[in-house]
Formats: sequence, structure tokens, C-alpha cells
Amino acid sequence: MNFAMILYILGALLGLEGLLMLLPCLVGVIYGESTTAYLFVSAIICFISGLLLRIRKPKKTALRAKDGFVLTALAWIIISILGALPFVLSGEIPDFTDAVFEVVSGFTTTGSSILTQVESLSKCMLFWRSFTHWIGGMGVLVFLLAVLPSSADEMYIMKAESPGPSVDKLVPKVRQTAFILYAIYFIMTIITIIALILFNMPAFDAVCIALGAAGTGGFGILSDSCASYSPTCQIIITVAMFAFGVNFKFYYLIIIREFKEAIRQEEVAIYGIIYVIAVAIISITTLAEFNSASETVRHAAFQVASIMTTTGYATCDFNLWRSLPKGLLVTIMFIGACAGSTGGGMKVSRIILYFKQINRMVSEYIHPRSIKKIMLDGRPVDEAVLRSANLYLLAYMFIFVISVFIISVDDLDLITTFTSVAATINNIGPGLEIVGPCGNYSTLSILSKWTLIFDMLAGRLEIVPMLMLFSPIVWRRR
Amino acid sequence: MNILIAGCGRVGSTIAALLSNEGHEITVMDTSNASLEKVTNSTDVMGFQGDCTGYTDQLNAGIEDADLFIAVTNNDEKNMLSCLMAHKTGHCHTVARIKSPRYSDEILYLKEELGLSMSINPERAAADEITRLIQIPSALEVDTFAKGKTSLIALVVPEKSPLDRLIVKDFPSKIASNALVCVVRRGNEVIIPDGNFVLMAKDKISISIALDKVRPFLNKVGIKSKPVKNVLLAGGGTISYYLAKKLIDMHVSVKIIEKDLNRCELLSEKLPSAIIINADATDKEVLTEEAFENMDVICSLMNDDEDNIMLSYYCRKKTEAKLITRIRKPSFDDIIGDMDIGVIISTRKITAEYITKYVRSMYDMTGSDVETLYTLQDGLAEALEINVKRSGKATGIPLKDLPLKQNTLLCCISRGKKIIRPTGKDTIEPGDSVVLVTTQKGLKSIDDIIRM
Repeated sequence: MNFAMILYILGALLGLEGLLMLLPCLVGVIYGESTTAYLFVSAIICFISGLLLRIRKPKKTALRAKDGFVLTALAWIIISILGALPFVLSGEIPDFTDAVFEVVSGFTTTGSSILTQVESLSKCMLFWRSFTHWIGGMGVLVFLLAVLPSSADEMYIMKAESPGPSVDKLVPKVRQTAFILYAIYFIMTIITIIALILFNMPAFDAVCIALGAAGTGGFGILSDSCASYSPTCQIIITVAMFAFGVNFKFYYLIIIREFKEAIRQEEVAIYGIIYVIAVAIISITTLAEFNSASETVRHAAFQVASIMTTTGYATCDFNLWRSLPKGLLVTIMFIGACAGSTGGGMKVSRIILYFKQINRMVSEYIHPRSIKKIMLDGRPVDEAVLRSANLYLLAYMFIFVISVFIISVDDLDLITTFTSVAATINNIGPGLEIVGPCGNYSTLSILSKWTLIFDMLAGRLEIVPMLMLFSPIVWRRR
Repeated sequence: MNILIAGCGRVGSTIAALLSNEGHEITVMDTSNASLEKVTNSTDVMGFQGDCTGYTDQLNAGIEDADLFIAVTNNDEKNMLSCLMAHKTGHCHTVARIKSPRYSDEILYLKEELGLSMSINPERAAADEITRLIQIPSALEVDTFAKGKTSLIALVVPEKSPLDRLIVKDFPSKIASNALVCVVRRGNEVIIPDGNFVLMAKDKISISIALDKVRPFLNKVGIKSKPVKNVLLAGGGTISYYLAKKLIDMHVSVKIIEKDLNRCELLSEKLPSAIIINADATDKEVLTEEAFENMDVICSLMNDDEDNIMLSYYCRKKTEAKLITRIRKPSFDDIIGDMDIGVIISTRKITAEYITKYVRSMYDMTGSDVETLYTLQDGLAEALEINVKRSGKATGIPLKDLPLKQNTLLCCISRGKKIIRPTGKDTIEPGDSVVLVTTQKGLKSIDDIIRM
């Protein structure tokens, strides 16, 4: 394990975090808030610790696959802890566990909150909260790759951090790929902000909501999430959430005019189909809850986009719905968005691979000697990718079950217990009952909170980096 | 013409024999003395031992005097390279056999860049042929003319069919007005029937008919024809690949049984909607497991002739399926027709036919107007499509007054977009394309059909 190099890169990352913290400072200065000082101090702390780690450049710069995974896991833990500093220092979230929960929830684009009164936070802190979504959405290390020159083996980092069963480079260079991804991400975010402002949303709200939608995070800045915004704005947010849940490769293919290849992207098609079907079913089953059909569809479309892309905004309290629409929402929690998007969950492409494998299994019973390759986007999928996707599901189920078991120590009702884990491991945010769209996670015990923090990180980093961190094999010298 | 053939394996020697019989001067080139000797002993050609991709060897073999260079070695790349060289040094026309599917999509580009006059992909041609056979279930041979607008189908007259004991001149009124009986084979005799000829059961007849009219026609003469839904391909070679691809496009469900695991995996990548079975197709258990008795068509396309023959024979006894059998070796040619193993497909014959056809049309510049040529009834008769370029002895005269040669029959006239089933009143005009069936060999233009 190349610790020297890992620490060296972490140093760069902390410097970057400090730099990014200056943006909420600017917001604080604009609104003339006193809490800005704490943010500024935190930024300085990040800078200094970053500089300390970067004093000596290691001789050996080569990174191996496991270094990439460990680096990723450590990076996310460290930026979360330092990211929590402003909240703790300013006393706006005095408890350390709560502050880390909130920031991890931010960086992992979960959007689960322990705040009972969101409005009580100062504007710069609210902005920092939403901004962590945006940073975490595309990945902090990918961001580092995009902006900083480094000599490390970058593909391992990209692989460890990018969501989805397999990582495709868009262009031959990793750095250029990262840059293209961030460019698309940035431009789409700006478009969302402008659209929201044009339809009369206050500028601050528009920026925060757009950042949350872009990262598919889901921190609102009002207690009722998005319920009090105008219907037009809600529609814009729906479209934005859906768009950020699409594999960014799709946009890249459209930009370089490879329309044929773009249409071949099975995952995007299936993602769209699942979305439409879910909206239709929920619209029909919740017709009685709303005044008109158009209102029903609007709310259904919003909620489905929000849950499926694992954002977690809400325009109504779906906790009050009947069992069928609620059950459907929980189901699509597990599907999640496309691989290579900012969304979480199991990813549509994995679901496709699982279905195709089940299909193959059935056909192998009928034709015992048949050979069938699993195809995705018209190309054969490597058996190694399939195996890792299957093992992912296995590990996912283990972590899920164990987490549910640990949360149940709190003696909450089973729905809360179950959906709190489902909502955090899939990086969604709100669950049902106590942790529903109008509730929050503040009543959970400290043990439960740390369990959920682990789940959020495991969900965002797709389990392997987090498991590696706790695996003795990795830490042995061999 | 002076023709240089590179490679004298099965295909090369077949072509050499065919072209030599048509009066061309042939030189055959090969690295192996043994195979050269085999050809030069049996046919009147010259042998030259040498490497076809060698510049000096090509020169010594007489490339500079050759009008045509045909490369049919077993190696695609060698064929392409030697054709390129022959084109540059000999300034002659070149024909290359290119069989790998890898090149099949870029064949137009390759033809252009290598200056090939023609390329032949025997496996693909065989697959096309089988596809046509499958489209029309009971026909034994199908050839299309006039860009697919009309076709010749061959079938055996079943017992108790309306065709049995039918006088040919009653055929249009009793059976179909848009079809014509062109060739009849009774025993070993091939007859071009006139109006008074009486058809008998078990005659093998060739009928000229539009493709879309085939199915109703078959139903009328009492040959059951239901659309093909399930096809089993034994052997996953190149023909199977091309064939499966075409069949899948036609929404036919395809099952391929192949022994080699790597080949299976490749096929499954290339043909996601086919069922690929990794097993030996001659294994009875495998056949039963894969429900071979429910198949509409079973194609034996393995590498081993004996396996193919035995499999087809077994399937003939156990199933109702239409059978197609691939035979590679020429040794069995004489008796294979007597065996009840369905239609015989031979890439060697198909390649030879294509190239002969090309050589004939090359004559175009020196007087031949033949556009397409097919051999019918095991080579005993030929169907030709002739372009009528200018007015001559045969044009402008009503057909009933035209002194046609013995055993020659006009099947149809294609004029612009129209297909004419000729009657006594019709005439041949310049610009027409005429399909005729004959037992006379070596027809080169429309004037040749007139009795001198």
C-alpha cells in the first residue's frame, strides 16, 4: 500500500475542500451573516492540514487498484469530518455526530437531515449544505482529477468512485473524461438555476434547489421541501432531477453527434420506461388525494423522479398515501438512477443485468447445453463484470439486513427502521413514517446514526471501497 | 480468354475445369505440386508451381498476358494481396474469394481500394441460397432473375397432384396463368417441354413464376407450404452465421448446435437472439433434448460431409422437416442426388457458378449479353438472363414465327418495370431483358437462340 501517495493526494483534496468552502463564505458576506467567520476558519483549517500533507512529495507515485479504493474511502470520510466543522464551530448543529451525519448526507447526495427546523440555519450554512450535494454528485476525486495535475494512476481512482457496474472512459485520457463530465454537469446546473429564477423563484432558493437537484441530493431549505414552490418551478425541478439521473455518457454522445450510439444506450431507455410506468401507476392510485388530474400527475411525476433519481425532494407528504403507491416508491428506491449519473441506488444497468441473467438461467434449464452471452447496449458483457455485479448485490443485501438489525435496537416501528436504511443506503433521503418527507432523522440514537452514515458512504461508493477499508487483507503488508 | 487461377484446391480445380470446357486458356498456380498435377491430369490446363503473392512467380506464370486473374486460395488476405499485385503488374481484371465475415461489411471498400473486378464470398452466397430455399419450403432450387422480380423454382410433382398427367398447354388455364413450366427431368432425361408434353408424377420440373405468387401456386398443386418458424442449424460455421443473421431478420427462430465452445461464445455475441447450443449435433440425445422433431427446417452445415449426410439421413427418418445438406467433397457428386437427404448445398459449386457467370459477362465486351446464368437440374440445363442490346435477327418478330433452337424456351421478358409472360403474339424488343431456359451450352447473345 502506498500510504505516502494516498496522504499526498488527500492533501490536495483538503486544499480543494478549503477552496470550495470559500464559496459559501462569499454567500455569507453577501447576506452579511456573522456565521461566515466559522466557515472561513474551517476553510483555513482545511488549507493548513492540506498543506501539511503536501510538504513532501513521495518518491513512489504509483497507485495500485486497492490504493485507489482505500484512497476513495478515506477521502470521503475525511472531507465529511472537516466538512462538518463549520456546523460544529458555529453551534448551528452542535452535536458532532449530527453534524457529520448532515455532511455525509450532503456529500453522498442522500439528503437525509437531522434538522428539525431547516429555516433556523443561516444562509451561508444552508448554501454549504446544498453545495456538498453538488460536489459529491459527480465525485470529489473525479473533480480533483479534472482540475489538478497529478502523476498517479488515475483510472483506479475513477473506477473506485464512479457509480455503476463498469466504468467507460469517454475519451482516451482520464483527466479529459473527468473534465468533460464536470463541464456537462456544470452547464446543466446553470441551466436549471436560470430556469428556476426565470419562473420567479428567489435567487438563493433557486441556486440551493438546483445544486441539490444536480447532485440528486435533496436537501431543501424549507421544512416542507419543495411543496411551497410554484407548480411551474416544481415541473422544472422534476425535469432537472430526471435529467441528472441519466447516464452522462448519453449527453456526451449527443454532444458529439453520435445519435445512433446514444439511442443504443439500453439503460437510458429502460430508465425512461420504468419512470413512465411508475408515474402512471402512482397517478392512478393517488387520484383521490388531489384536486385535479393534472395536479395528481404533477405530484406523481415529481415524487417518482425524486425517489428514482435518489434525490429526495418532495412536493407532498407521500407518507399519507395508500400502501400501493407507497410500496411502489419503496420499490423504485432500490432501482435507482442510471450508472454514470449523479444518482444512487442499485442503478438501472445492474437491474438490467440481473434480469438478463435470470432470463439466461431459465433458458439454461430448458436448453442445458446452450451458450448465451449477456448483451448490453449491443455489446457482450464480460463475465467478470457480471460476477462483480452479482457480488455487489450480495454485499448490498448483507449490509442492508445487518443495518436494519442495528437500527431495530432503537425500537422504532418496522417501517421506519426498514425505510431509514433503504433511504440512506440508496442515497435518497426521506423514507416513510418518522423519517418520511415531513419527518427527519434527529430522533435516532447515536449508534443508528453512525450505522446510517456508514450506509450512506457504502451506498455512494458502491460498497467495495468501504468494505476494503475494514478488511484486514488490505492492511497486511503483502 | 487467357485466365490465371491462383490456388487449385476444390474450388480452383472446379473453376478450371468449367472455364477450360468453355474454351478459355487456363493457367493454374499453386505452391503444391501434388494438387497441380491432379488438376493438369484431369483437365486441359497448364500448371505452374509458385507462390501467387510473389511478384516474380506471377510474372513467370504469365500475368502480363492474362486477361483475368482469379484468386481462390484458402486465405483471404493472400487472395486480396495477389489480386492487388496482379492488378498492378498485369493490368488485368481480378476476382478474389473473400470469405471471412470480418470483411463482408467492408467488401465494397475493399473492392474499390484493391481494384477488384469481383469478389466472391461463397459462404454468404450459400446462405443466400438457403434463405431462398427456406422462404419457399417445398422447392428444391430457387433462382431469381430480373432483380428478384421473377424466379425459377424446381419441385417434384407429387402423386395425385393436379399436375399429374397434365398436358402442358392446359397449364395456364388449369393451374396458373402467371407461371410457365420450363424444364422437366424424367429419370436422367432433361426435356424442354412443348405444349403437348404430358407431366407425370415424380417428374422434377422447373417453373418460372413471380416470387410472391409461389405460395398460392404450391398450395394449388397440392404441396403443403406453411411458413417456416423454427430452423435448426447443425454446425456453427460461417454459412451458419450468415444464414442465422438473415433468418433472424425474417423473424425465424434459429437454433445453432456447435461443438466448439469458443465458437459458441462468439456466435452468441454476434447473434444475441439465436439459441446457441454447445454440443455435438450428431449426438442423438442432444437432438432429442433440443426437440429436433419440431423443426421446420434442419440444415446440416458441419465441416464433415459424412456427418452432414448421416445427420440429414437420420432427420429424414425421424422428422418431417425440410432438409438442407452441405457437401464439400466432389467425390460423391454422382450418387448424392439419389440419396434422400434434401437439398445439397456446395460452396464449391456456388463459387464456380458465380465465377463462370462473371467470366461469361466479361465476354459482354466481346459479344456476350448474358447477365445471369444458373445451372438447372444438376447442370443438364441452364437458365440465362440475356440483355437485348440492339435489334437483330430475333427482335421485332412475334414469337410464334420465331425459329427457336431445339430445347430452348423463352420464360419471360422483362421490359422496364413490367414482366411479360410471353405468348405467341409477343415480340422481343431492344432494351428487354429475356430469361430463357435451354439445354444448349454456350449461348452468348439473343441471336444465338435462332435456328440457323
